[in-house]
Amino acid sequence: MKLIFERSVPGRRSAILPSCDVEAAPLDEAFARQRELRLPELSETDVSRHYTELSKQVYGVNCGFYPLGSCTMKYNPRIDEEAASLPGFTGIHPLAPEADTKGCRAVLDEAARYLCEISGMDAMTFQPAAGAHGEFTGVLLIKQYHDARGERQRTKIIVPDSAHGTNPATAAMCGYEVVNIASSADGCVDLDALRAALGPDTAGLMLTNPNTVGIFDKNILEITRLVHEAGGLCYYDGANLNAVMGVVRPGDMGFDCIHMNLHKTFATPHGGGGPGAGAVGCKDFLKDFLPRSALMEGEGRLQVRAFAGNFLVVVRALAYLKTLGREGVPEAAKNAVLNANYLMQQIKGSFEPAFDRVCMHEFVLDLSRFKKETGVSALDVAKSLIDRGMHPPTMYFPLIVHEALMLEPTETESKQTLDEAAAVFRDLYRQAYDDPEPMHTAPHGTPIGRPDEVKASRTPVLRWRQD
Amino acid sequence: MNIPNELKYTKSHEWLKEGDVVEVGITDFAQDALGDIVFINLPEAGDEVVAGERFGDVESVKAVSDLLSPVSGIICEVNEELLDAPELLNSDPYGAWIIRVEQVNDYEALLDAADYEAHCAEEA
Repeated sequence: MKLIFERSVPGRRSAILPSCDVEAAPLDEAFARQRELRLPELSETDVSRHYTELSKQVYGVNCGFYPLGSCTMKYNPRIDEEAASLPGFTGIHPLAPEADTKGCRAVLDEAARYLCEISGMDAMTFQPAAGAHGEFTGVLLIKQYHDARGERQRTKIIVPDSAHGTNPATAAMCGYEVVNIASSADGCVDLDALRAALGPDTAGLMLTNPNTVGIFDKNILEITRLVHEAGGLCYYDGANLNAVMGVVRPGDMGFDCIHMNLHKTFATPHGGGGPGAGAVGCKDFLKDFLPRSALMEGEGRLQVRAFAGNFLVVVRALAYLKTLGREGVPEAAKNAVLNANYLMQQIKGSFEPAFDRVCMHEFVLDLSRFKKETGVSALDVAKSLIDRGMHPPTMYFPLIVHEALMLEPTETESKQTLDEAAAVFRDLYRQAYDDPEPMHTAPHGTPIGRPDEVKASRTPVLRWRQD
Repeated sequence: MNIPNELKYTKSHEWLKEGDVVEVGITDFAQDALGDIVFINLPEAGDEVVAGERFGDVESVKAVSDLLSPVSGIICEVNEELLDAPELLNSDPYGAWIIRVEQVNDYEALLDAADYEAHCAEEA
């Protein structure tokens, strides 16, 4: 399709303004633009058609099933949007007088209270803009804590090999050396490997529980005890909180700080670059290290983002929590787990689960035998799913499973949707043995079939240039 | 699966060719598992490598993976051609050597072609 600049026609306008009734005051030459602004020139009809066409090129959770593992692509209730659209929230300026921001403060306080209750933490900041930013903030808390105690020899962060790639990246960004430890055969933390990695130089451990293969680590209390015994702190990556919210609390598992992706677990829209919110919670002994915002009491300390972060995302999350309530939150988590297990059982018998046991909110299929027998890869299956009207699952992750497809159906899908999805998977499985050829070139029904991924990685063109 | 007889291998899928200097690359199995390789981070000539430890990494469209040295020694040459053409690792894994190492004084546990083939069969 054409870019909006390519639709531009010189002289075309959207609005007809009355002629200016005051004398023009020429701008000082020093401030004058050196070259034309060259904005696209379009009528309102052109603009409307452009964006409508653009919206048809994308696939979102509002279009259909979107089982992208570890991304928790659940449906975002409209009532949350309605709350976030209230003019009292959209019209406020962060520097407005205190008397005018009382409502917004109440939203932040109430959301913090609920999220502390769910996570088992004592204090919270909403500044981080998304998950990785939350991790960065959380690990800085750990660093501040050790520095304040004069323990600068603690230079290592332990990360299991099943972790999200952002975990080691965060630790490295915070100046830590990353110690990667292998998972045990069941995909959980290998206690012996953990013991061997721990020492007087351990600053902390970063962990997702349930982990990326959708398994709740049964040794979690022993894991956090061992880390604490070595003098380290435990960081909980909230990526998979949807499986356990309201059921078990990271704080009770022994974690000291945590980030939660409000844009995943608490049903605010995400994908395509935000805005998100990576709320960071911590235990009481870390709360003095939390970043301050202009809306909080007290003297300014380091901020990780201006003001209160992406405030309207917090409004949506609070609306979501208030809608679900004390009973609804754990029920959502349990239904997410039920849906994942149901879908896994329906697919099993064709594609094989990497870990054949009761899973949490997501599960991983291992297609390595399938690929050896048919030549059809996990990528080919993912691409073929697009032609069947479904968003592909996460592929080639976690790295500890070869030819992986990771599915997370979430609680907002019906049994009918899951049955239809399972039928598609079984059908593609059979097709790979009967007629694999079209699967190597799928998808066939999209504007772009297979982008050149090598070229996209090596020479990405990320912006349009006029000249 | 191409596994030349004259080379030695590591369990982490590097190959090694012995001579006056030791040549190191990644195997056909490794490039196939990684998929299309788009970037490589290389060490510099003069750097020390330690057997079993990381000396660089390769990035494919799937993931970033560490390169582990099968030997301890000093790097005397790196294949800088790969910086501009990392796809050579896919198209010619045994021609596209990555580093050459001299003053070799220690080796990882190495496999011969038959043992390495068995190891790949286990992992596949």
